[in-house]
Amino acid sequence: MNWYDIIFYLFAALVLVSGFLVVTAKNIVHAAFYLLFTFFGVAGIYALLGADFISIVQIMVYVGGILVLILFGVMLTNKITNVDIRTGTVKVLPAAIVIGIFAGALLALMVKTGWYSNPGQIPETTLPVLGKTLITQYVLIFELLGMLLLVALIGAASIARRDKE
Amino acid sequence: MLVVGLTHYLVLSAFLFSLGLYGIVTRKNAIMVLMGIELMLNAANINFVAFSRYGNYGIGGQLAALFVIILAAAEAAIALAIVLNIYKTFANVDVDDINNLKE
Repeated sequence: MNWYDIIFYLFAALVLVSGFLVVTAKNIVHAAFYLLFTFFGVAGIYALLGADFISIVQIMVYVGGILVLILFGVMLTNKITNVDIRTGTVKVLPAAIVIGIFAGALLALMVKTGWYSNPGQIPETTLPVLGKTLITQYVLIFELLGMLLLVALIGAASIARRDKE
Repeated sequence: MLVVGLTHYLVLSAFLFSLGLYGIVTRKNAIMVLMGIELMLNAANINFVAFSRYGNYGIGGQLAALFVIILAAAEAAIALAIVLNIYKTFANVDVDDINNLKE
């Protein structure tokens, strides 16, 4: 067992424990903050897999963007002054049984399948090849995603706008 | 068993995906459902990057993960705008109580 394995198990434990706390926490603000640890753990997993750029993007977009958005959503849609920030759950036991069976099937699939595995050499950085591929082979998707972000921006602003009365 | 390989990452992502699904199924608050979706997207991304790593560093997997992150950001913005509107109309965000599109 070398350092790589130990660090992997640490990050995996962080992701799974905080992910479990996200879906079981009674207080929705606590759930949002546990989500922070999950995202950091996943960023660590990306770094372990040699995807340095994806790891940084994960921290910048998920932790810096999506989590802040979610926290804003929590704060704006709960009656903070009335201490009604708790959130209910429905049908926990049947859901746990069904999801348990589903997780077992998924695990069996992942473990039993003989995946093609060719580790290769870890490159120094993935950034140049990512950039080159993005503006040659995937340039159409790149431009379409830019359009999509613009449309999402305008759409979100117009949906959330308050009507003048 | 103890040496980390592709299977370890796949198992981790399978667990994370199941946790996200559990969150979506059992929670009533729309924002908690959104958090479950984010967990599932992260699980899928771990798979993409892991297959990229163990497929002799094919860059396609990492690009797919990048596109998923971008789509997740757009999705979160739109979903929260909709949730804010629902809150304005119904005064709560329980997905069980929301059953009409227009007043």
